[in-house]
Amino acid sequence: MFTEALPERMDVKGVTIDLLVRGTGRPLLYLHAGDGVDPSDPFIPLLAQHFKVYAPSHPGFGGSDLPRTFGSVDDLAYFYLDFLEALDLRDVVLVGSSFGGWLAAELAIRGTGRFSHLVLADTWGAKFDSSEGTGITDIFSTPMADLPGLLFADAAKGMKAFGNLEFAAMPEAAVTRFARNREALTLLAWSPPFHNPRLTNWLHRIDIPTLVLWGAGDKVAPVSYGRRFAAAISGARFETIADAGHYLAMEQPEKFTDVISAFTNDAVQQRGAA
Amino acid sequence: MRTWLFSEQQYHPAWDRVDGPLRIKQPSKVIDPNVAAALMDRYFQEWAVCDEVGIDIVVNEHHATLTCMSTSPLLSLAALARTTKNVRLLSLGTPITNRMDPLRIAEEIAMVDVMSRGRLEVGLVKGSDWELYNSNSNPVRMMDRFWEAHDFIVRALTSHEGPFAYDGEFYRYRNVNVFPHVLQQPHPPIWIPGSSAPSAKRIAELGYVAATFMSGFGAKAFFDAYRASYREAHSRPAPRDRLAYIALCVTADTEAEARARAERLRAWQYALYRLVPGTLNPPGYMSVADNVRYLRSGAATASGPVAIPTVDEMAQRGILFWGTPDMVVDQISRFHDTVGGFDHLLMQMGGQLTFEDTVDSLRLYAREVAPRLKKLTAEPATMEVPADVARRNAFR
Repeated sequence: MFTEALPERMDVKGVTIDLLVRGTGRPLLYLHAGDGVDPSDPFIPLLAQHFKVYAPSHPGFGGSDLPRTFGSVDDLAYFYLDFLEALDLRDVVLVGSSFGGWLAAELAIRGTGRFSHLVLADTWGAKFDSSEGTGITDIFSTPMADLPGLLFADAAKGMKAFGNLEFAAMPEAAVTRFARNREALTLLAWSPPFHNPRLTNWLHRIDIPTLVLWGAGDKVAPVSYGRRFAAAISGARFETIADAGHYLAMEQPEKFTDVISAFTNDAVQQRGAA
Repeated sequence: MRTWLFSEQQYHPAWDRVDGPLRIKQPSKVIDPNVAAALMDRYFQEWAVCDEVGIDIVVNEHHATLTCMSTSPLLSLAALARTTKNVRLLSLGTPITNRMDPLRIAEEIAMVDVMSRGRLEVGLVKGSDWELYNSNSNPVRMMDRFWEAHDFIVRALTSHEGPFAYDGEFYRYRNVNVFPHVLQQPHPPIWIPGSSAPSAKRIAELGYVAATFMSGFGAKAFFDAYRASYREAHSRPAPRDRLAYIALCVTADTEAEARARAERLRAWQYALYRLVPGTLNPPGYMSVADNVRYLRSGAATASGPVAIPTVDEMAQRGILFWGTPDMVVDQISRFHDTVGGFDHLLMQMGGQLTFEDTVDSLRLYAREVAPRLKKLTAEPATMEVPADVARRNAFR
């Protein structure tokens, strides 16, 4: 998530970001969750067996620049439109986890022309009730020591993924990435908390095969929230994965990869048959 | 030296009746409004004594907390403008990063300055980390928001030639036109609290009063940074009245009674640290570099109760002045000389001190302590804003 630096730097219209590219085959753009992405994340080599994986650090996260004029998820969505154009990626499998799922949905409502499939894993971004809040746990009110256990179904696995929160034992650069991730996430998701109140106006615009994946043990956003997200996207499939929490890809990397691989193959066949 | 009473309009009757944090999460039903009204009466009676004996008054604001019922210092000061006649009235302060309408703040400043016939002093503060959960304002870029709000308020207070439009990064107004305008020209004295050398530098450049809270002898580094930066920015030594120190302070006729009062005042420190763990230091409240240092220190993930120093430890560190008048004069004089001098002592009172404790201590202090601290001020106090700063503010 933040342990290692990403190996490549890329300039997109004056904004320099960190980027990880792994594997060959169909392009897959992975948009990371609030705690970032790095080459040691267990799902990266697995996805790379099926896809050419592009895993950037969002502007402001990891070692990526944050222009002073960027201040909302809209800015990141338009940035990724520039990114896709700069690399001229087409037929992209767009995958987003948690905050990255919100970002992926924001990209998809702006036009699906460059995407073949959309996978939203334990995503944020929408509010379905007019009552109090979104139903998403306020991670900004959670003591840091409790975060790994909140984000993972298995608290011990979570602590391991976060280096047991032993920041004194980590390289300073890794702690800096951790702190930058949290600050950028706060800038973008503090208020309205974890969502764009207008996103539900536009989810009908998503017209590609969509899979909404959910950790059955997600303690941040409940499975019921995931079902409502899937119901708001025409034809979207909803699946849960056992023994996984909010950071599904980190906790069940094999299942995460298998489900995405099967979905993209099935959906291609379905589309070909139609 | 001027002395100010700083008390937070606390609701202490509930402190022992509730478990856990006193801030943010307690239900408001733990407050009995009639008891709250009686406490407000008590605080206004204490302030009446201040007005009588020449101790200036400081009020602040917090939200959803049993340690402070004041939700807007300018509201309290509007009342104090009419219930007092003599003393100066300081808001320390308005958290301009949280209250998202600086035009209303400028209007209220001007109104209270007029109502008090120019006795208002204005503190502008960043605000505590947990306050962001009440205001919902973003912790990230909050100091950018602070300085934009500051610049705007000063401009709004000092513009008298008709309305102007304002279009900033965080705030936008079609028609800025503050009626009435401030009585003190170009604007009431401005205070900004801080604790680090970089913050002292910026406050010094603006020529404002720099206040530091409970820093103990560490205040010297903050004051030294202010003095050096002031001399560099204004080509003259910093007037002593630009430096303020906030500490616990209580006195009594006998040492035994003073120690009993100091213990009751120390209860304030326990109340202060009854915080909601998840609301401390949200990302962005500190810079990334400071957060990296904080994380690597282990403090972010530490657990367990905060250790509150004893009365003697607090006195040794310079965060509590207590004792008979002789003892208090000695302690304040030694602290004053060690940190290089300052002209405002803000006495934090409260905790489990009773009304009688408080009023007796205030009267004794005014009679026996304050006159003997006058010799600590070698130069006349001047509260006007230096001409160069006034010009800069007026034409910003």
